[in-house]
Formats: sequence, structure tokens, C-alpha cells
Amino acid sequence: MTDRQSPVDNFVLRNFRLIRTIVVILLGWFLAALVILAISRDRGTTLRSFFLGPLSSRVLIGSLFETMTPLVFTGLALAIQFQAKQFNLGAEGCFFIGATVGTAFAISTRMPTALHIVCTIAVGAAAGAAWNWLPGYLKAKYGSSELVCSLMLNYVALYLGLYLINYHFRDTAANEMTSYRLPTTATLPRILPGTRLHIGFLIALAVAVLFWVFLYRTKWGYQIRMVGSNINFAKANGINTGRVIVLAQVIGGAVAGLGGIIQIMGIDQRFLYESLPGFGFDGIVVTRIALNNPLLVIPSALFLAYLKVGGSYMNLMGDVPAELVNVVEGVIILLISSEALLETWRYRIMMRKASER
Amino acid sequence: MNAILKSILSLGFVAALLRVTTPILLAAIGGAISTMAGSKNLALEGIMLVAAFVGVIVSAFTHSVWLAVILGVAAGVAVASILAWCALKLNANIFIAAIALNMLASGVTVFLLSIIAHDKSYSSSLQSLVIPDWNIPLIRDIPIVGKILSGHNIMVYLAFAAVALYSVLIYHTPLGLRIRAVGQNPDAAASVGVSVFKTKFIAIVLSGVLASLGGLYLSMGYVSWFGRDMTSGRGFIAAAAVALGVATPLGTMGASLLFGVVMAISIYMSSLQFPAELIQVWPYVATIAALVVFSVRDERAARKKTGRDVVGSSGSRQ
Repeated sequence: MTDRQSPVDNFVLRNFRLIRTIVVILLGWFLAALVILAISRDRGTTLRSFFLGPLSSRVLIGSLFETMTPLVFTGLALAIQFQAKQFNLGAEGCFFIGATVGTAFAISTRMPTALHIVCTIAVGAAAGAAWNWLPGYLKAKYGSSELVCSLMLNYVALYLGLYLINYHFRDTAANEMTSYRLPTTATLPRILPGTRLHIGFLIALAVAVLFWVFLYRTKWGYQIRMVGSNINFAKANGINTGRVIVLAQVIGGAVAGLGGIIQIMGIDQRFLYESLPGFGFDGIVVTRIALNNPLLVIPSALFLAYLKVGGSYMNLMGDVPAELVNVVEGVIILLISSEALLETWRYRIMMRKASER
Repeated sequence: MNAILKSILSLGFVAALLRVTTPILLAAIGGAISTMAGSKNLALEGIMLVAAFVGVIVSAFTHSVWLAVILGVAAGVAVASILAWCALKLNANIFIAAIALNMLASGVTVFLLSIIAHDKSYSSSLQSLVIPDWNIPLIRDIPIVGKILSGHNIMVYLAFAAVALYSVLIYHTPLGLRIRAVGQNPDAAASVGVSVFKTKFIAIVLSGVLASLGGLYLSMGYVSWFGRDMTSGRGFIAAAAVALGVATPLGTMGASLLFGVVMAISIYMSSLQFPAELIQVWPYVATIAALVVFSVRDERAARKKTGRDVVGSSGSRQ
């Protein structure tokens, strides 16, 4: 039997999920353009600032990579948990706890530069890991919903974190609610002059590669993926599923906490959040677009960062609020999660292929 | 400590308890209906937010409370319908779809708030209305009892009426029977001719109606303005109340009241010299504690029944 099938059909079938994702992203952009066209009074400027703004200057390109950095971390946190089919949405709280506990540690210790940076990062990651252990443990031991538990823990993290900073590390000389400055020994070096782009960006890329290796090239990674694809099969094959469930969530919590403390050490150099910053929920968009693949998290985070930087630039230059980006994000997750979307198209190609045979 | 006890035993505390419980109870009864049909609705948060927003905007521009309530509910139902369509027709994971809708609700409301009220945090520049209180004739004249029972916002009465209505619906009507059948065993229900899609869709839409009422109460009764992300997790607390009350009418009401008590106490304690953050955290900690207690109980019951560990089969328990 010779291969008479059209190469286009084969390509579509093989990369169906990727193509569907790209279609959804384009739809999201299209929707943004429609909204801008509908409500803006200065359409040219607003459209241009939203779609091309992020590339218009060196500072903005720097801020593109700055914005992308925390998104890579929270995207990875959710990717590893979604790979194990754990719907833990606690990355938000882990990010916050990593940032607050890390800040507290950095301010209250004195060390030489390199050691201080390494220790602070380690404390942030450990705090995130410990924070995410509880939903994992409860799920593994009692089968209780990690989803509700982690969502509640996000609020607990918010209030406990704020308490820690406001009552013990608050800079009373400053006008706003903010912590003391981090000692210079615990701040991350900047890597692009004139911007706030810091070495955390490179750490994020390295962690993404590490995660890929871990998930696809190690025994533990294999077990996580197996638990995700079929937990009963994994169990029948002698995998300690409870331990894998906890492991996936602890690692996810660690990388989210890492993102939190690196954001503080690299960008603000003091803790100044007064509410949950939302990076954990952005991570859901990132990992959904990346199809839960750690390497694809990098371009996916870049895409979301592009939207965000474009959104705030548009807010500044044009007349449409930056929250348009949140709307687009929601629509993108909704459409990507709708698995049956475009399914009839795929089905038609499959039928055509079958009849050609 | 004495001061706290004294205030808990006061009439003011009862009023405060009813005020904080109402939005949670309305949303929780909604969540209970869809949970009974086997589709947990975690978009309660977003539905409440959208309804709260639409209520404020419509009442500010039309000066009609009732039009605001109707359109607020319509908007919440629209969100619920999107959830139902994505989950039931487009095969989306219902939790992820719900989280997406919550994000969407948060984004859309702030986006429109900033366009309409030129403020990204509060709607205070708009003159919005509130849903009136109800002074019950005769009962209001009874000493003490009248003060406890009468004079609350109409939504407070509606919330408790919803518990009774839900009980009637679920145990005494054909639709209720279908909802329970679909929730317990969709295949068996389908085999006797019940449309699983239609039944679940109706249940999710009903949950949208009730959650919308809860949201409307927040912005048009509890306070008289809309604030960015003003639901602050109440939809999730409602979802936890459903889990705690195993979706039964009385159980769900009891769990909602329990969360209400915790919230009301935390409001009272904030007048004392105590860090506000450590008080605000209470309801969420209570939710987690309740979740733990009931998971342990369920797991013990399941283990007794089957004699084996439940983790493997717990995928469906989500």
C-alpha cells in the first residue's frame, strides 16, 4: 500500500493539539483586536501599542523578559502537577509564601553575597514546598480534593504572609505598606543595563530544562506521568501512587516558591504586595498553552508576557484598560480546555484518510 | 474574652451572622444542586462577581432594583451556561473551565468598571441602589423575637427559603429525582431515557441563578457598591460548604452557618486590638479543617465498606 495520503492531513493529525492551541491563541488575539476596535477612540495608537508595543524599545524588551520570568516558574509548578493529574491551584499561595518567608529570611540574616543569595533562594523554595505538601498529603492519604484545599490555602498564605511582613518586617519609614529593603548581599545581579532584567531569568530557563529532563528522562518523572495518565495502571504496576501524588505537589510548590523569592530578589528588592499578585493563576494559562510540557513553558510564558507588557503599554499610550489581557487569558484557557473544539475537523480528516486506504 | 462572649450573645451578632451567611448560603445551595447532578460548580465565585457587577451597573443606570436583580441573574446564568456548555458539550475539564470563567469574570468586571465608572477598584462614582429590607407585619411587633426575625434584607429570607425550596425540588419533584439519578449513575439514568446532558445543564443553570442572587446581595445589600474581586473567595467557601454538607439541604445550610459564625466572630474581633490579618484568615482555615475532618470520615466509611484503600478510585471524588 503506497502512501497516497495528503501530507497536509498527516501533518494536521500528528500535530493536532499544537495546531489547536495556535488557533486558540490567534482567536484570543483576534478577540483583543475586536474589543479595541469597538471601544477605542484612537484605534491606531491603541492597536499599535498593544500588538507592537513590547518590541518598541530596549526597556520594553527587557521588561518582556522580566515579566516572563515569574510566569515560567508558576507555569512549571502547574505543569508538573497537571502531568500527575493533580488539580492543585495553590501555586499562587506558594509564590506568596516563598516571597514572604524568603524576604523575612534575607532581611534577618547577614552573610557574604553568594551564600546569602543561595540560602535565600533555598528558603523561598523550601517554604513553597512545605506549603504545598498539605493538599498533596490529604489527597494521597484521604482522597480529599486538592483543588478546594489549595484554593483555600491561597488565602491563608495571603493573610499569614501579610501578617509576617506587616508586623515584623515592615519599613515604618516608608509611606506605603512595604518591607525593609533586602540587604544588597541578597539581591540578584542585573544582566541587561538600563532594565531590571536579572539573573533570575536565566535560572528560570535552566529550571525549565531541568524539569524536562526530570519528567522525561528519570524514573520519578516517568512515575509522575504514569500516575497522571492512568492511576490504576500505575498502582497495578507497583508504583507507590500516594508518594508520587505528594512528590508532584511538593516539587510544584517548591518551584512556585522559588519564583516568588526570585521575583522579590530580582525586581522589587523589597516585599510590596498587598494582595495576591496573580502569577499562580497566570501559570494555568502558561501550562495549558504549553500542553504541560516544561520546554514549551518557555515560549508559552513569553507569549503571555507579550500580552501583559502590550496590555500595560496600551493602558499607558492608548485608551483601553490593561485588564483586557485578563479577559483574553480567561478565553484562551476556556477554549484550550474545551477538548472537543475543532474535533469534528480532525474527525473529518481521519475519515478521509480511512476511506483513502 | 469576656467582651467577645458578650457580643456573641447579643442581637447584633445574630444580625451580623445572617448578613455574612446569606451570600454563602445562596451560592452553596446553588452549588449543592449541581453537585447532586454530579457536576461540581467551582465557577460560583465568578458567577457571583458578574451578578454583583451587573446589579450595581443596571441599578445605577435604570434606577430599578428589580430590573437590576433580573439582569444580574441573567448575567450569572449566562456564565453558568458557558460552563455547562464547555463541560458537557466541548469535553472541557469542568474545574479548569470554572477557574477560567472565574478569571474571565474578574477581568471583565474590572475592565468594564474602568470604562463605565473610570475607576479600577470601586463603583462609588455610580449611584447604585440596594435591595430593600423586609419588616414582617405582626411579627415585627413581638418583643425580642420580632427584632431577631424581622427587618433583614429580602435576600436573607430568600436564602433560607432557598434551602426549603431545594429540599422540595430534590426530594419531591420528578426533576429532583432525575437530578439525583444522573448524579449517582449517569449511565443507568440514560438507560431509562433521562437526558443526562439536559438534566446536568438545568442543574448548572439553577446553580447559576442562586449564586447570582448571592452575588447581588453582596453589592446591593451587604454593601452598596461594587469592588474589584469583592467576592474574595466566598464562592469557594460556598463550594466547601457543599462538600461539608454532602450537598443535602440541611447539611449545606449547617455548613454555611458554621462558616458564617466564624466570619461573624472575626468581624467582632477586628474591633479589638488584634492583627486584622490573623482574623481574616479564620474562615479559610476553618474550611480546610472541615475538609480534613470530612475526608477522614469519608475515607474511613469507604474503607469499612470495601475493605481497601480509596486513593486509586478517588479520581471521581474530585
